[in-house]
Amino acid sequence: MPEPTNALIETRDLRLYYGSTLALKGVNIDIPEKKVTAFIGPSGCGKSTLLRCYNRMNDLIDSVRIEGSIKIAGQDINSKDVDVIELRKQVGMVFQKSNPFPKSIYENVAYAPRLHGTRNKGDLDAIVEESLRGAALWDEVKDRLGSSAMGLSGGQQQRLCIARAIAIKPQILLMDEPASALDPIATARIEELVQELKTNYTIVIVTHNMQQATRISDCTAFFYLGEMVEFDSTKKIFTNPSKQQTEDYVTGRFG
Amino acid sequence: MNFSRKRMDVESVVFSGLTGVAAWLIVAILVVILANIAWFGIPGLSWNFVAGSTAKDMFNPEHAGIMPMIFGTVALVILMIIMVVPVGVITAIYLTEYAPAGSALTRFIRGAVNNLAGVPAIVFGLFGLGFFISFVGGGLDDLLYGGSAEPVWGKPAIIWAALTLATLTLPVVIVATEESLKAIPPGLREASLALGASKLETVVKIVLPQALPGILTGSILAVSRGAGEVAPILFTGAAYYMAHLPSKLTDQFMELGYHIFILSTQSPNIEQTRPILYATVLVLLLLTFALNVVAIAIRMRIRKKLRSLH
Repeated sequence: MPEPTNALIETRDLRLYYGSTLALKGVNIDIPEKKVTAFIGPSGCGKSTLLRCYNRMNDLIDSVRIEGSIKIAGQDINSKDVDVIELRKQVGMVFQKSNPFPKSIYENVAYAPRLHGTRNKGDLDAIVEESLRGAALWDEVKDRLGSSAMGLSGGQQQRLCIARAIAIKPQILLMDEPASALDPIATARIEELVQELKTNYTIVIVTHNMQQATRISDCTAFFYLGEMVEFDSTKKIFTNPSKQQTEDYVTGRFG
Repeated sequence: MNFSRKRMDVESVVFSGLTGVAAWLIVAILVVILANIAWFGIPGLSWNFVAGSTAKDMFNPEHAGIMPMIFGTVALVILMIIMVVPVGVITAIYLTEYAPAGSALTRFIRGAVNNLAGVPAIVFGLFGLGFFISFVGGGLDDLLYGGSAEPVWGKPAIIWAALTLATLTLPVVIVATEESLKAIPPGLREASLALGASKLETVVKIVLPQALPGILTGSILAVSRGAGEVAPILFTGAAYYMAHLPSKLTDQFMELGYHIFILSTQSPNIEQTRPILYATVLVLLLLTFALNVVAIAIRMRIRKKLRSLH
Protein backbone atom coordinates (compact mmCIF):
# COMPACT_ATOMS: atom_id res chain seq x y z
CA MET A 1 0.00 0.00 0.00
CA PRO A 2 1.15 3.54 -0.64
CA GLU A 3 2.19 5.74 2.24
CA PRO A 4 -0.83 6.37 4.46
CA THR A 5 -2.91 9.32 3.30
CA ASN A 6 -6.55 10.21 3.60
CA ALA A 7 -8.49 7.84 1.43
CA LEU A 8 -11.12 9.92 -0.31
CA ILE A 9 -12.70 7.12 -2.32
CA GLU A 10 -13.10 3.77 -0.61
CA THR A 11 -14.08 0.91 -2.87
CA ARG A 12 -15.11 -2.31 -1.16
CA ASP A 13 -15.83 -5.68 -2.80
CA LEU A 14 -17.13 -3.94 -5.87
CA ARG A 15 -18.73 -6.35 -8.28
CA LEU A 16 -20.25 -5.09 -11.48
CA TYR A 17 -22.34 -7.10 -13.91
CA TYR A 18 -23.17 -6.25 -17.50
CA GLY A 19 -26.25 -8.45 -17.75
CA SER A 20 -24.86 -11.78 -16.59
CA THR A 21 -21.20 -10.98 -17.36
CA LEU A 22 -19.11 -10.18 -14.32
CA ALA A 23 -16.91 -7.23 -15.33
CA LEU A 24 -15.49 -6.25 -11.94
CA LYS A 25 -14.79 -9.18 -9.68
CA GLY A 26 -14.74 -7.75 -6.18
CA VAL A 27 -12.43 -4.72 -6.35
CA ASN A 28 -10.99 -3.15 -3.18
CA ILE A 29 -9.10 0.10 -3.60
CA ASP A 30 -8.68 3.27 -1.55
CA ILE A 31 -7.93 6.32 -3.62
CA PRO A 32 -5.96 9.01 -1.77
CA GLU A 33 -6.99 12.64 -1.61
CA LYS A 34 -5.24 15.27 -3.76
CA LYS A 35 -3.04 12.76 -5.51
CA VAL A 36 -3.02 11.45 -9.03
CA THR A 37 -4.01 7.81 -9.16
CA ALA A 38 -3.50 5.97 -12.43
CA PHE A 39 -5.46 2.89 -13.50
CA ILE A 40 -3.51 0.75 -15.94
CA GLY A 41 -4.14 -2.63 -17.53
CA PRO A 42 -4.95 -4.22 -20.87
CA SER A 43 -8.15 -3.34 -22.73
CA GLY A 44 -11.25 -4.91 -21.22
CA CYS A 45 -9.72 -5.24 -17.75
CA GLY A 46 -12.45 -3.09 -16.20
CA LYS A 47 -10.49 0.06 -15.41
CA SER A 48 -12.79 2.42 -17.32
CA THR A 49 -15.82 0.61 -15.96
CA LEU A 50 -14.55 1.19 -12.42
CA LEU A 51 -13.85 4.84 -13.19
CA ARG A 52 -17.42 5.29 -14.38
CA CYS A 53 -18.69 3.84 -11.11
CA TYR A 54 -17.32 6.84 -9.24
CA ASN A 55 -19.71 9.33 -10.85
CA ARG A 56 -22.36 6.71 -11.52
CA MET A 57 -22.19 7.08 -15.30
CA ASN A 58 -22.96 3.36 -15.42
CA ASP A 59 -26.50 4.28 -14.35
CA LEU A 60 -27.05 5.12 -18.02
CA ILE A 61 -26.59 1.49 -19.02
CA ASP A 62 -29.72 -0.48 -18.20
CA SER A 63 -28.06 -3.87 -17.90
CA VAL A 64 -25.49 -2.81 -15.30
CA ARG A 65 -25.89 -4.13 -11.76
CA ILE A 66 -23.53 -3.25 -8.92
CA GLU A 67 -22.74 -5.01 -5.64
CA GLY A 68 -20.39 -3.89 -2.91
CA SER A 69 -19.84 -0.33 -1.82
CA ILE A 70 -18.15 2.87 -2.90
CA LYS A 71 -17.78 5.55 -0.29
CA ILE A 72 -16.66 9.04 -1.19
CA ALA A 73 -15.72 11.13 1.83
CA GLY A 74 -17.47 8.50 3.92
CA GLN A 75 -20.80 8.54 2.08
CA ASP A 76 -22.04 5.53 0.15
CA ILE A 77 -22.66 6.94 -3.34
CA ASN A 78 -25.01 4.13 -4.36
CA SER A 79 -27.34 4.58 -1.41
CA LYS A 80 -30.90 5.70 -2.07
CA ASP A 81 -30.57 9.12 -0.45
CA VAL A 82 -27.71 10.17 -2.75
CA ASP A 83 -28.68 12.70 -5.40
CA VAL A 84 -26.70 11.69 -8.46
CA ILE A 85 -26.69 15.32 -9.65
CA GLU A 86 -25.00 16.44 -6.42
CA LEU A 87 -22.55 13.54 -6.79
CA ARG A 88 -21.61 14.54 -10.33
CA LYS A 89 -21.13 18.15 -9.24
CA GLN A 90 -18.44 16.88 -6.89
CA VAL A 91 -17.02 14.21 -9.18
CA GLY A 92 -16.21 15.65 -12.60
CA MET A 93 -15.28 13.64 -15.65
CA VAL A 94 -13.15 14.10 -18.74
CA PHE A 95 -13.78 11.61 -21.51
CA GLN A 96 -11.47 9.84 -23.92
CA LYS A 97 -12.96 11.51 -26.94
CA SER A 98 -13.15 15.25 -26.40
CA ASN A 99 -16.81 16.17 -26.48
CA PRO A 100 -17.26 19.94 -26.35
CA PHE A 101 -20.81 21.13 -26.90
CA PRO A 102 -21.45 22.71 -30.30
CA LYS A 103 -21.63 26.07 -28.59
CA SER A 104 -19.16 28.90 -28.07
CA ILE A 105 -16.07 28.45 -25.92
CA TYR A 106 -17.63 30.69 -23.29
CA GLU A 107 -20.93 28.78 -23.29
CA ASN A 108 -19.13 25.47 -22.89
CA VAL A 109 -17.42 26.58 -19.69
CA ALA A 110 -20.44 28.49 -18.39
CA TYR A 111 -22.80 25.54 -19.02
CA ALA A 112 -22.50 23.78 -15.68
CA PRO A 113 -22.20 26.88 -13.45
CA ARG A 114 -25.36 28.21 -15.08
CA LEU A 115 -27.18 24.93 -14.52
CA HIS A 116 -26.23 25.00 -10.89
CA GLY A 117 -27.48 28.49 -10.25
CA THR A 118 -24.87 31.07 -11.24
CA ARG A 119 -26.77 33.67 -13.25
CA ASN A 120 -24.80 36.85 -12.72
CA LYS A 121 -22.83 37.78 -15.85
CA GLY A 122 -19.87 39.11 -13.87
CA ASP A 123 -19.66 35.93 -11.79
CA LEU A 124 -19.88 33.78 -14.91
CA ASP A 125 -17.17 35.81 -16.66
CA ALA A 126 -14.92 35.30 -13.65
CA ILE A 127 -15.61 31.54 -13.54
CA VAL A 128 -14.97 31.18 -17.26
CA GLU A 129 -11.65 33.00 -17.05
CA GLU A 130 -10.55 31.14 -13.92
CA SER A 131 -11.48 27.75 -15.37
CA LEU A 132 -9.81 28.43 -18.72
CA ARG A 133 -6.69 29.60 -16.90
CA GLY A 134 -6.89 26.48 -14.74
CA ALA A 135 -6.97 24.37 -17.89
CA ALA A 136 -4.05 26.33 -19.42
CA LEU A 137 -6.22 27.46 -22.30
CA TRP A 138 -6.96 31.09 -21.44
CA ASP A 139 -4.13 32.71 -23.37
CA GLU A 140 -5.00 30.81 -26.53
CA VAL A 141 -8.72 31.60 -26.52
CA LYS A 142 -9.22 34.80 -24.55
CA ASP A 143 -9.77 36.84 -27.73
CA ARG A 144 -12.33 34.47 -29.20
CA LEU A 145 -14.49 33.29 -26.33
CA GLY A 146 -17.57 33.80 -28.49
CA SER A 147 -16.40 31.59 -31.32
CA SER A 148 -17.29 27.94 -31.64
CA ALA A 149 -15.57 25.34 -29.52
CA MET A 150 -15.60 23.05 -32.53
CA GLY A 151 -13.00 25.26 -34.21
CA LEU A 152 -10.37 24.41 -31.62
CA SER A 153 -7.68 21.79 -32.19
CA GLY A 154 -8.06 18.35 -30.61
CA GLY A 155 -5.76 19.18 -27.73
CA GLN A 156 -7.46 22.52 -27.13
CA GLN A 157 -10.85 20.83 -27.19
CA GLN A 158 -9.73 18.38 -24.52
CA ARG A 159 -8.40 21.21 -22.35
CA LEU A 160 -11.71 22.98 -22.86
CA CYS A 161 -13.45 19.85 -21.58
CA ILE A 162 -11.19 20.01 -18.53
CA ALA A 163 -12.02 23.69 -18.05
CA ARG A 164 -15.71 22.83 -18.39
CA ALA A 165 -15.35 20.12 -15.74
CA ILE A 166 -13.48 22.29 -13.22
CA ALA A 167 -15.84 25.25 -13.68
CA ILE A 168 -18.04 23.88 -10.89
CA LYS A 169 -15.04 23.08 -8.67
CA PRO A 170 -15.49 19.37 -8.14
CA GLN A 171 -13.48 17.55 -5.47
CA ILE A 172 -12.56 14.72 -7.77
CA LEU A 173 -11.67 14.66 -11.45
CA LEU A 174 -12.05 11.38 -13.32
CA MET A 175 -10.11 11.19 -16.57
CA ASP A 176 -10.74 8.35 -19.00
CA GLU A 177 -7.68 8.18 -21.27
CA PRO A 178 -7.84 11.94 -21.78
CA ALA A 179 -4.81 12.10 -24.06
CA SER A 180 -5.16 8.91 -26.07
CA ALA A 181 -6.46 10.71 -29.16
CA LEU A 182 -3.91 13.54 -29.03
CA ASP A 183 -0.53 14.13 -30.60
CA PRO A 184 2.59 14.09 -28.35
CA ILE A 185 2.74 17.87 -27.88
CA ALA A 186 -0.92 18.13 -26.90
CA THR A 187 -0.44 15.10 -24.66
CA ALA A 188 2.46 16.78 -22.89
CA ARG A 189 0.29 19.82 -22.22
CA ILE A 190 -2.47 17.67 -20.73
CA GLU A 191 0.10 15.90 -18.55
CA GLU A 192 1.50 19.20 -17.29
CA LEU A 193 -2.02 20.30 -16.58
CA VAL A 194 -2.75 17.17 -14.53
CA GLN A 195 0.32 17.95 -12.43
CA GLU A 196 -0.96 21.47 -11.77
CA LEU A 197 -4.50 20.33 -11.03
CA LYS A 198 -3.55 17.85 -8.36
CA THR A 199 -2.92 20.60 -5.82
CA ASN A 200 -6.65 21.25 -5.80
CA TYR A 201 -8.22 18.06 -7.07
CA THR A 202 -8.11 14.35 -6.45
CA ILE A 203 -7.46 12.89 -9.87
CA VAL A 204 -8.12 9.38 -11.09
CA ILE A 205 -6.83 8.76 -14.59
CA VAL A 206 -7.20 5.73 -16.80
CA THR A 207 -4.32 5.34 -19.23
CA HIS A 208 -2.96 2.86 -21.71
CA ASN A 209 0.31 4.68 -21.82
CA MET A 210 2.62 3.39 -19.13
CA GLN A 211 5.16 6.16 -19.57
CA GLN A 212 2.33 8.54 -18.97
CA ALA A 213 1.40 6.77 -15.75
CA THR A 214 4.99 7.00 -14.50
CA ARG A 215 5.25 10.66 -15.45
CA ILE A 216 2.08 11.98 -13.90
CA SER A 217 0.76 9.66 -11.19
CA ASP A 218 1.55 9.23 -7.53
CA CYS A 219 -0.14 5.87 -7.20
CA THR A 220 -0.90 3.23 -9.78
CA ALA A 221 -3.38 0.38 -9.77
CA PHE A 222 -2.91 -2.51 -12.18
CA PHE A 223 -6.08 -4.23 -13.35
CA TYR A 224 -6.38 -7.53 -15.13
CA LEU A 225 -9.55 -9.38 -16.19
CA GLY A 226 -11.82 -7.47 -13.86
CA GLU A 227 -9.58 -7.74 -10.84
CA MET A 228 -7.35 -5.21 -9.16
CA VAL A 229 -4.05 -7.06 -9.15
CA GLU A 230 -1.84 -4.56 -7.39
CA PHE A 231 -2.08 -1.03 -6.04
CA ASP A 232 0.90 0.88 -4.75
CA SER A 233 2.99 3.94 -5.25
CA THR A 234 3.74 4.46 -8.93
CA LYS A 235 7.43 4.15 -8.25
CA LYS A 236 7.03 0.75 -6.64
CA ILE A 237 4.65 -0.56 -9.32
CA PHE A 238 7.07 0.29 -12.11
CA THR A 239 10.36 -0.57 -10.42
CA ASN A 240 9.65 -3.29 -7.94
CA PRO A 241 6.14 -4.70 -8.17
CA SER A 242 5.10 -7.43 -5.74
CA LYS A 243 3.13 -9.51 -8.22
CA GLN A 244 4.58 -11.34 -11.19
CA GLN A 245 1.58 -10.36 -13.38
CA THR A 246 2.21 -6.68 -12.72
CA GLU A 247 5.87 -7.03 -13.56
CA ASP A 248 5.09 -8.85 -16.79
CA TYR A 249 2.68 -6.11 -17.81
CA VAL A 250 4.77 -3.07 -16.93
CA THR A 251 7.83 -4.53 -18.57
CA GLY A 252 5.80 -5.19 -21.72
CA ARG A 253 5.91 -8.94 -21.67
CA PHE A 254 2.17 -9.15 -22.17
CA GLY A 255 -0.85 -6.93 -22.59
CA MET B 1 0.22 -8.84 -70.99
CA ASN B 2 -2.84 -7.59 -72.76
CA PHE B 3 -5.52 -5.54 -71.08
CA SER B 4 -7.62 -4.71 -74.09
CA ARG B 5 -11.32 -5.45 -74.02
CA LYS B 6 -12.22 -8.83 -75.46
CA ARG B 7 -16.02 -8.57 -75.48
CA MET B 8 -18.82 -6.09 -74.98
CA ASP B 9 -20.04 -6.01 -71.41
CA VAL B 10 -23.67 -6.46 -72.48
CA GLU B 11 -24.95 -7.08 -68.99
CA SER B 12 -23.81 -3.78 -67.54
CA VAL B 13 -24.91 -1.78 -70.58
CA VAL B 14 -28.42 -3.26 -70.39
CA PHE B 15 -28.70 -2.86 -66.65
CA SER B 16 -27.45 0.70 -66.50
CA GLY B 17 -29.80 1.49 -69.38
CA LEU B 18 -32.78 -0.01 -67.56
CA THR B 19 -32.12 1.77 -64.27
CA GLY B 20 -31.53 5.03 -66.12
CA VAL B 21 -34.82 4.72 -68.00
CA ALA B 22 -36.68 4.02 -64.76
CA ALA B 23 -35.16 7.06 -63.09
CA TRP B 24 -35.88 9.38 -66.01
CA LEU B 25 -39.41 8.04 -66.29
CA ILE B 26 -40.16 9.58 -62.88
CA VAL B 27 -38.82 12.92 -64.07
CA ALA B 28 -40.82 12.66 -67.27
CA ILE B 29 -44.07 11.95 -65.40
CA LEU B 30 -43.49 14.91 -63.11
CA VAL B 31 -42.69 17.21 -66.02
CA VAL B 32 -45.80 16.12 -67.92
CA ILE B 33 -48.05 16.71 -64.91
CA LEU B 34 -46.55 20.11 -64.07
CA ALA B 35 -46.43 21.26 -67.69
CA ASN B 36 -50.04 20.24 -68.23
CA ILE B 37 -51.23 22.07 -65.11
CA ALA B 38 -49.16 25.14 -65.88
CA TRP B 39 -50.22 25.25 -69.52
CA PHE B 40 -53.94 25.11 -68.79
CA GLY B 41 -53.79 26.76 -65.38
CA ILE B 42 -51.87 29.95 -66.00
CA PRO B 43 -54.46 31.48 -68.41
CA GLY B 44 -57.10 31.09 -65.70
CA LEU B 45 -55.08 32.96 -63.10
CA SER B 46 -56.02 36.55 -62.43
CA TRP B 47 -55.96 38.88 -59.48
CA ASN B 48 -59.73 38.74 -59.19
CA PHE B 49 -59.63 34.96 -59.18
CA VAL B 50 -56.90 34.58 -56.57
CA ALA B 51 -57.93 37.44 -54.29
CA GLY B 52 -61.67 37.39 -54.82
CA SER B 53 -64.38 35.60 -52.93
CA THR B 54 -66.67 33.07 -54.49
CA ALA B 55 -69.99 34.60 -53.56
CA LYS B 56 -71.77 34.66 -56.89
CA ASP B 57 -71.02 31.50 -58.82
CA MET B 58 -68.05 29.32 -57.97
CA PHE B 59 -68.24 27.45 -61.29
CA ASN B 60 -68.17 30.49 -63.53
CA PRO B 61 -64.76 31.98 -64.40
CA GLU B 62 -66.34 35.42 -64.59
CA HIS B 63 -67.36 35.38 -60.93
CA ALA B 64 -65.27 32.74 -59.19
CA GLY B 65 -62.62 33.57 -56.62
CA ILE B 66 -60.61 31.29 -54.37
CA MET B 67 -59.27 33.58 -51.66
CA PRO B 68 -61.42 31.92 -48.96
CA MET B 69 -60.05 28.50 -49.97
CA ILE B 70 -56.46 29.76 -49.89
CA PHE B 71 -57.12 31.28 -46.48
CA GLY B 72 -58.75 28.07 -45.23
CA THR B 73 -55.90 25.89 -46.50
CA VAL B 74 -53.21 28.06 -44.94
CA ALA B 75 -55.09 28.31 -41.64
CA LEU B 76 -55.64 24.56 -41.61
CA VAL B 77 -51.98 23.78 -42.28
CA ILE B 78 -50.75 26.24 -39.64
CA LEU B 79 -53.14 24.80 -37.05
CA MET B 80 -52.07 21.29 -37.98
CA ILE B 81 -48.38 22.16 -37.57
CA ILE B 82 -49.04 23.76 -34.17
CA MET B 83 -50.70 20.53 -33.06
CA VAL B 84 -48.53 17.88 -34.68
CA VAL B 85 -45.03 19.22 -34.00
CA PRO B 86 -45.14 19.28 -30.17
CA VAL B 87 -46.76 15.85 -29.94
CA GLY B 88 -44.46 14.33 -32.56
CA VAL B 89 -41.31 15.81 -31.07
CA ILE B 90 -42.23 14.76 -27.53
CA THR B 91 -42.97 11.23 -28.74
CA ALA B 92 -39.63 11.05 -30.55
CA ILE B 93 -37.84 12.34 -27.45
CA TYR B 94 -39.50 9.68 -25.36
CA LEU B 95 -38.56 6.94 -27.82
CA THR B 96 -34.89 7.93 -28.19
CA GLU B 97 -34.05 9.53 -24.85
CA TYR B 98 -36.25 7.93 -22.22
CA ALA B 99 -37.70 4.60 -23.25
CA PRO B 100 -35.37 1.66 -22.64
CA ALA B 101 -33.71 0.87 -25.97
CA GLY B 102 -35.06 -2.19 -27.74
CA SER B 103 -37.68 -2.95 -25.08
CA ALA B 104 -41.03 -4.49 -25.95
CA LEU B 105 -42.74 -1.18 -25.20
CA THR B 106 -40.64 0.87 -27.62
CA ARG B 107 -40.98 -1.79 -30.30
CA PHE B 108 -44.74 -1.69 -29.78
CA ILE B 109 -44.84 2.11 -30.05
CA ARG B 110 -42.62 2.10 -33.15
CA GLY B 111 -44.84 -0.53 -34.72
CA ALA B 112 -47.89 1.59 -33.94
CA VAL B 113 -46.22 4.64 -35.53
CA ASN B 114 -45.37 2.68 -38.69
CA ASN B 115 -48.88 1.27 -38.93
CA LEU B 116 -50.38 4.70 -38.39
CA ALA B 117 -48.40 5.84 -41.44
CA GLY B 118 -50.03 3.10 -43.49
CA VAL B 119 -53.66 3.86 -42.62
CA PRO B 120 -55.64 5.22 -45.61
CA ALA B 121 -56.56 8.89 -45.39
CA ILE B 122 -60.30 8.28 -45.56
CA VAL B 123 -60.04 6.15 -42.42
CA PHE B 124 -58.48 9.12 -40.65
CA GLY B 125 -61.43 11.18 -41.83
CA LEU B 126 -63.92 8.75 -40.33
CA PHE B 127 -61.82 8.50 -37.18
CA GLY B 128 -61.86 12.29 -36.88
CA LEU B 129 -65.63 12.34 -37.26
CA GLY B 130 -66.15 9.63 -34.69
CA PHE B 131 -63.50 10.54 -32.17
CA PHE B 132 -62.84 14.27 -32.38
CA ILE B 133 -66.29 15.52 -33.36
CA SER B 134 -68.68 13.06 -31.73
CA PHE B 135 -66.65 11.98 -28.74
CA VAL B 136 -64.40 14.95 -27.86
CA GLY B 137 -66.56 17.72 -29.31
CA GLY B 138 -69.83 16.17 -28.16
CA GLY B 139 -68.30 15.56 -24.75
CA LEU B 140 -67.22 19.19 -24.53
CA ASP B 141 -70.73 20.34 -25.39
CA ASP B 142 -72.22 18.14 -22.69
CA LEU B 143 -69.67 19.39 -20.22
CA LEU B 144 -69.86 23.10 -21.03
CA TYR B 145 -73.47 23.56 -22.12
CA GLY B 146 -75.17 20.53 -20.61
CA GLY B 147 -76.02 19.15 -24.04
CA SER B 148 -78.17 22.08 -25.16
CA ALA B 149 -79.86 21.87 -28.54
CA GLU B 150 -77.26 23.68 -30.67
CA PRO B 151 -73.86 21.93 -30.74
CA VAL B 152 -70.88 24.29 -30.48
CA TRP B 153 -67.95 21.87 -30.46
CA GLY B 154 -69.67 18.70 -31.58
CA LYS B 155 -69.85 19.60 -35.26
CA PRO B 156 -67.36 19.80 -38.13
CA ALA B 157 -64.87 22.62 -37.52
CA ILE B 158 -61.40 23.72 -38.53
CA ILE B 159 -59.95 22.59 -35.20
CA TRP B 160 -61.16 19.02 -35.71
CA ALA B 161 -60.00 18.97 -39.32
CA ALA B 162 -56.56 20.22 -38.23
CA LEU B 163 -56.43 17.61 -35.45
CA THR B 164 -57.37 14.86 -37.89
CA LEU B 165 -54.67 15.99 -40.31
CA ALA B 166 -52.23 16.18 -37.40
CA THR B 167 -52.97 12.53 -36.59
CA LEU B 168 -52.31 11.65 -40.21
CA THR B 169 -48.97 13.48 -40.34
CA LEU B 170 -47.82 12.48 -36.86
CA PRO B 171 -45.67 9.51 -38.02
CA VAL B 172 -43.78 11.78 -40.43
CA VAL B 173 -42.81 14.18 -37.65
CA ILE B 174 -41.96 11.38 -35.21
CA VAL B 175 -39.72 9.53 -37.65
CA ALA B 176 -37.87 12.65 -38.87
CA THR B 177 -37.29 13.89 -35.32
CA GLU B 178 -36.17 10.46 -34.15
CA GLU B 179 -33.63 10.22 -36.97
CA SER B 180 -32.15 13.59 -36.07
CA LEU B 181 -32.02 12.71 -32.36
CA LYS B 182 -30.24 9.45 -33.13
CA ALA B 183 -27.63 11.34 -35.15
CA ILE B 184 -26.50 13.37 -32.13
CA PRO B 185 -23.28 11.92 -30.69
CA PRO B 186 -23.93 10.12 -27.38
CA GLY B 187 -20.78 11.81 -26.04
CA LEU B 188 -22.64 15.13 -25.87
CA ARG B 189 -25.33 13.66 -23.63
CA GLU B 190 -22.71 12.00 -21.44
CA ALA B 191 -20.76 15.24 -21.14
CA SER B 192 -23.84 17.11 -20.01
CA LEU B 193 -24.93 14.44 -17.53
CA ALA B 194 -21.40 14.17 -16.13
CA LEU B 195 -21.55 17.90 -15.37
CA GLY B 196 -24.52 17.27 -13.11
CA ALA B 197 -27.22 18.22 -15.61
CA SER B 198 -30.51 16.39 -15.21
CA LYS B 199 -31.89 14.36 -18.07
CA LEU B 200 -34.43 17.09 -18.83
CA GLU B 201 -31.78 19.82 -18.84
CA THR B 202 -29.65 17.71 -21.16
CA VAL B 203 -32.53 17.15 -23.56
CA VAL B 204 -33.61 20.80 -23.58
CA LYS B 205 -30.19 22.48 -23.68
CA ILE B 206 -28.02 20.04 -25.62
CA VAL B 207 -30.14 17.56 -27.56
CA LEU B 208 -33.06 19.64 -28.86
CA PRO B 209 -31.04 22.53 -30.34
CA GLN B 210 -29.09 19.96 -32.34
CA ALA B 211 -32.27 18.25 -33.49
CA LEU B 212 -33.96 21.43 -34.70
CA PRO B 213 -33.14 20.99 -38.42
CA GLY B 214 -34.52 17.45 -38.28
CA ILE B 215 -37.67 18.64 -36.55
CA LEU B 216 -38.13 21.23 -39.30
CA THR B 217 -37.60 18.57 -41.95
CA GLY B 218 -40.40 16.62 -40.29
CA SER B 219 -42.61 19.69 -40.34
CA ILE B 220 -41.88 20.29 -44.01
CA LEU B 221 -42.78 16.72 -44.86
CA ALA B 222 -45.91 17.00 -42.74
CA VAL B 223 -46.97 20.12 -44.65
CA SER B 224 -46.36 18.39 -47.96
CA ARG B 225 -48.30 15.35 -46.88
CA GLY B 226 -51.11 17.20 -45.15
CA ALA B 227 -51.76 20.26 -47.29
CA GLY B 228 -53.29 18.44 -50.24
CA GLU B 229 -55.28 15.79 -48.36
CA VAL B 230 -59.03 15.97 -48.87
CA ALA B 231 -60.32 12.75 -47.36
CA PRO B 232 -59.45 13.54 -43.70
CA ILE B 233 -61.18 16.93 -43.77
CA LEU B 234 -64.19 15.82 -45.76
CA PHE B 235 -66.29 14.97 -42.70
CA THR B 236 -64.41 16.95 -40.11
CA GLY B 237 -64.58 20.58 -41.15
CA ALA B 238 -64.40 21.40 -44.86
CA ALA B 239 -67.41 23.26 -46.18
CA TYR B 240 -68.90 23.19 -49.66
CA TYR B 241 -69.64 26.87 -49.45
CA MET B 242 -69.35 29.53 -46.75
CA ALA B 243 -70.19 33.18 -47.06
CA HIS B 244 -67.61 34.24 -44.48
CA LEU B 245 -64.05 33.37 -43.64
CA PRO B 246 -63.63 31.19 -40.56
CA SER B 247 -62.97 33.44 -37.56
CA LYS B 248 -62.87 30.97 -34.69
CA LEU B 249 -61.72 27.40 -34.12
CA THR B 250 -65.26 26.05 -34.21
CA ASP B 251 -66.01 27.50 -37.65
CA GLN B 252 -66.01 25.42 -40.79
CA PHE B 253 -63.80 26.48 -43.69
CA MET B 254 -63.35 26.10 -47.41
CA GLU B 255 -60.21 24.37 -48.61
CA LEU B 256 -58.42 24.18 -51.96
CA GLY B 257 -58.22 20.41 -52.25
CA TYR B 258 -61.87 19.95 -51.42
CA HIS B 259 -62.76 22.82 -53.73
CA ILE B 260 -60.93 21.06 -56.57
CA PHE B 261 -63.04 18.00 -55.86
CA ILE B 262 -66.19 20.15 -55.94
CA LEU B 263 -65.18 21.92 -59.17
CA SER B 264 -64.44 18.65 -60.90
CA THR B 265 -67.57 16.81 -59.82
CA GLN B 266 -70.35 19.34 -59.15
CA SER B 267 -70.11 21.80 -62.00
CA PRO B 268 -73.21 22.21 -64.14
CA ASN B 269 -71.00 23.23 -67.07
CA ILE B 270 -67.75 21.30 -67.24
CA GLU B 271 -66.31 23.15 -70.24
CA GLN B 272 -66.90 26.50 -68.58
CA THR B 273 -65.44 25.43 -65.26
CA ARG B 274 -62.35 23.69 -66.63
CA PRO B 275 -60.04 26.77 -66.77
CA ILE B 276 -60.66 27.65 -63.11
CA LEU B 277 -60.29 24.00 -62.13
CA TYR B 278 -56.83 24.01 -63.67
CA ALA B 279 -56.03 27.37 -62.10
CA THR B 280 -57.14 26.13 -58.66
CA VAL B 281 -54.93 23.04 -58.94
CA LEU B 282 -52.03 25.28 -59.92
CA VAL B 283 -52.67 27.54 -56.92
CA LEU B 284 -52.76 24.53 -54.57
CA LEU B 285 -49.44 23.28 -55.96
CA LEU B 286 -47.86 26.73 -55.70
CA LEU B 287 -49.17 27.18 -52.18
CA THR B 288 -47.79 23.83 -50.99
CA PHE B 289 -44.56 24.72 -52.71
CA ALA B 290 -44.48 28.14 -51.03
CA LEU B 291 -45.14 26.66 -47.58
CA ASN B 292 -42.28 24.24 -48.18
CA VAL B 293 -39.96 26.99 -49.35
CA VAL B 294 -40.65 29.00 -46.19
CA ALA B 295 -39.94 25.99 -43.98
CA ILE B 296 -36.80 25.08 -45.94
CA ALA B 297 -35.56 28.66 -45.67
CA ILE B 298 -36.02 28.58 -41.89
CA ARG B 299 -34.21 25.25 -41.71
CA MET B 300 -31.32 26.58 -43.78
CA ARG B 301 -30.95 29.54 -41.45
CA ILE B 302 -30.84 27.26 -38.41
CA ARG B 303 -28.43 24.85 -40.12
CA LYS B 304 -26.17 27.74 -40.96
CA LYS B 305 -26.26 28.95 -37.39
CA LEU B 306 -25.55 25.44 -36.09
CA ARG B 307 -22.80 24.89 -38.63
CA SER B 308 -21.00 28.03 -37.55
CA LEU B 309 -20.75 26.24 -34.20
CA HIS B 310 -19.48 22.97 -35.63
